[in-house]
Amino acid sequence: MPKLTINGKEIEVPAGTNLIEAARLAGVEVPHYCYHPGLSIAGQCRLCMVDIDKVPRPQIGCNTLAADGMVVQTETDRVKDTRRSIMEFHLINHPLDCPVCDQAGECWLQIYYMKHGLYDPRMTDEKVHKPKALPIGPRVMLDAERCILCSRCVRFCDEITGTGELGIFQRGDHSEIGLFPGRALENKYSGNVIDICPVGALTDRDFRFQVRVWYLDSAKSVCNGCARGCNTEVHTSQRRPHHNQGRRIARLKPRLNPEVNRWWLCDEGRYGFGWIDDDTRLVAPARREAGALVETAWDDALGRLRSALGRYRPEEIGVIASPQMSNEDLYALRRLLDDLEIQSRDFRVPPREPGDEDSLLIRADKNPNTRGAELAGLAPGSGGLDTVGILRAAAEKKLKLLWIFHHDLLVSGLPEADVAAALSGAEMVVFQGPTAGKTSAAAHLVLPSAAYVERDGTFTNFQGRVQRFRTAVPPLGQALPDWEIVARLARALGAGGPIGQAERAEQVFTALAGAVPAFQEITYRALGDLGLLVRA
Amino acid sequence: MAEKVFTRNFGIANSHTLPVYRERGGYAGWEKAKGMEPAAITEEVKKANLRGLGGAGFPTGVKWGFIPKGSTTPKYLVVNADEGEPGTFKDRYLLEQDPHALIEGMLIAARAIDSHLGFVYIRGEYVQPWRIFSGAVREAYEAGLLGKNIQGSGFDFDVVIHRGAGAYICGEETGLLSSLEGKKGWPKIKPPFPAVKGAFGQPTIVNNVETLAAVPHIVNRGGEWFAGLGTKAQGGTRVYSVSGHVVRPGLVEAPVSITLRSLIYDECGGIPNGRTLKAVVPGGSSAAILTPDEIDIPMDVDGPKSKGSMIGSAGVIVMDDTVSIPEALMVVARFYAHESCGQCTPCRESTGWIYKMAHRIVDGHGRKEDLDTILDVAKRGAGTTICAFYDGAVGPYISYIEKFREEFEALIRSGSGATPPEPTVHGSADA
Repeated sequence: MPKLTINGKEIEVPAGTNLIEAARLAGVEVPHYCYHPGLSIAGQCRLCMVDIDKVPRPQIGCNTLAADGMVVQTETDRVKDTRRSIMEFHLINHPLDCPVCDQAGECWLQIYYMKHGLYDPRMTDEKVHKPKALPIGPRVMLDAERCILCSRCVRFCDEITGTGELGIFQRGDHSEIGLFPGRALENKYSGNVIDICPVGALTDRDFRFQVRVWYLDSAKSVCNGCARGCNTEVHTSQRRPHHNQGRRIARLKPRLNPEVNRWWLCDEGRYGFGWIDDDTRLVAPARREAGALVETAWDDALGRLRSALGRYRPEEIGVIASPQMSNEDLYALRRLLDDLEIQSRDFRVPPREPGDEDSLLIRADKNPNTRGAELAGLAPGSGGLDTVGILRAAAEKKLKLLWIFHHDLLVSGLPEADVAAALSGAEMVVFQGPTAGKTSAAAHLVLPSAAYVERDGTFTNFQGRVQRFRTAVPPLGQALPDWEIVARLARALGAGGPIGQAERAEQVFTALAGAVPAFQEITYRALGDLGLLVRA
Repeated sequence: MAEKVFTRNFGIANSHTLPVYRERGGYAGWEKAKGMEPAAITEEVKKANLRGLGGAGFPTGVKWGFIPKGSTTPKYLVVNADEGEPGTFKDRYLLEQDPHALIEGMLIAARAIDSHLGFVYIRGEYVQPWRIFSGAVREAYEAGLLGKNIQGSGFDFDVVIHRGAGAYICGEETGLLSSLEGKKGWPKIKPPFPAVKGAFGQPTIVNNVETLAAVPHIVNRGGEWFAGLGTKAQGGTRVYSVSGHVVRPGLVEAPVSITLRSLIYDECGGIPNGRTLKAVVPGGSSAAILTPDEIDIPMDVDGPKSKGSMIGSAGVIVMDDTVSIPEALMVVARFYAHESCGQCTPCRESTGWIYKMAHRIVDGHGRKEDLDTILDVAKRGAGTTICAFYDGAVGPYISYIEKFREEFEALIRSGSGATPPEPTVHGSADA
């Protein structure tokens, strides 16, 4: 482990650490554009210059490895002057169209100009003109004039996806990013180039012109799109509700988790948030009256469910939970089912189409919490029926109350006729979930769940990593977190205990950790931002 | 008349063919080298004080010594025949007139560095040199001088000829390697250096045509002989490409001790038409310009350096008093703006900017601050880039203005003073 000195501070870093990362470890920021820790070293932007003792002129930090005894200075007059020059070179042909650029507010040209530039512009000649507002794929818009040719996007497509759609064409100051002939930037991870583009050259066609970034709020979250559980930031537009066409969720951004998704997020996950502000959301409890669903109050809805749970024998009740639910939801439900001795329970419903999978991030299982549902105890209890058995028993009228969470069974991989027979065979069908569908339309009682971004909770990914997601926006309408619906029901049934008393998701999780060995000693605090593995 | 080394076969009928080359003593160096220890060959080249003749002037034997000792991976010998430095045309004639000297030099160098595969990267525009050199390689294969188990020596060596596609930057050592690998001709960041990780990730030595053409003679006649032809700084003779306003432009082979004055006035007959010398570029367009009072220097690696210039590729460009230095700067600036590969920022952005300013000055729209801006931009960018291209561009930018400032200022003063015409807007700004 080389020991070096950076700005007078001695620090030991792992062998193979470059000077940008070594400085980061010493709490020093070395400005850079082309360097990205997830990509190969390009050395093109020339901004990360640092002074090294006994070396005649500043060297690029990205391609210089920390060595024992090295003395590095990042703030000498010479380094500052070089940075100022490099900033000027980066900006002479830049259109300076910040007022109409989506990147403004999170643009590293703006940030570094203010920190390291602040020169008086001298370039008065005509700038080089290049293509603008050029869609290069379904998700990404290119403005070649704003591009600083750092080649991060090119390297991403070469090194991470291996798809190689992008190249740098032409020479000199006419160089521009572009697609190889006959190609489009349409790989499954194309949105990442927008994140790693340090400037406004690659912008998001979905997010473009919707909200200025300084009006966004952010919450740490976990993607619910598949069993990977990529760490995300949910960016919301709440300060200017008239922006973003009234939608609260503006965009999702990947959040670094070296163990799960590194810096990346697939497009499916990134753009899979439209349903949250969609008008198909269930926003109030409803009951069937004269053949139609009519809104009702929570007390009425839960009263009806409570009396149904009392009316039927446990073996006449079947529950199909969902791996879209959080660990807290599933554990609260499991406690309730245990108390009521309901054994016919499951959470597995086959998808209509098999999920796609790759070796980078995407998992075939499109549920974020299959592992959690297994661990929380939502598999059939002793003598209980599984999903197919529950539906068959309902169709045969042996099972009277069917409580379905999240799944739109009628558009699943189960035979539609079997599901329809079950829905019409049961005396009472309860649908609990965030979104209306064919199954909720056939229910007698509908309970609206908060979307995962509207509440706190945890998912357990396919690796067994328990990861927290936080409230980004309040629940839409009267929707409630699933665990809270279950807790209210438990209270209505007169149950005390940790679930009945829970007021926050964390309390349910604490109960889970106390009861299920896999979660033993895990707390919200210990989970932090990056999560922890369950015990093997 | 000094002894000719590189050009000794020039002008001989069919000098490019194997029989004539052999008749004139060719391949004797290889005959000797194949019985020598590889390290002894390198030692001889070091003794010869042979400096790279492509432009950088790095000691050739030292470079060969950078191949990691005991490396068991394939090692490549790459010949830089991309001769693109404006004012330089020696390699062209070496390929056309004496191609077997290069092949023989490659064989010897390959043995010294334990390489069994050589690449010759020939400038795309050099069609005739490529044809002639290809013919020579064919002859060498047929004669058993290339291929497997050469002349029963147990040594294998193959030659692959690769044609460039017209980019100046592909003459830069690592830009050449990128291009050879099938990539865009972008120079590579160093470290690693090519001797450690070069072509296709393997240890690689890149040498200029003329440099390798010297090697058979050095092996044949000894390093000390070659060193004795030159100065303390550099051994041997070299081939100067002299162009511009001289009575007899062309190639001149001379000991590196020859002065620039002697080269211009004795070898090339001086300035024609009764004109006087105004300026001279001693080593290709990237070398700083010299004034008539700066030409009493030896044309070795140290001579031009003593005047803040460089010997570079030894492409001597002579300008008489009819030449407008601002126009010359504009032409040079246009070249560097056009040829900048665009990979790293200072060079990509400032070559274009400086050309625009130089162009504006020549067009009569110069501003008094332009000269200082050019000087400042050039000095700020120097030394910050991946390769030496920009430092090469800075040579003329700074020296043309600093040495001929009054001429620039006069042009700016007498310029039309009018507002520059509206620039043409290319591309579309809407959408």
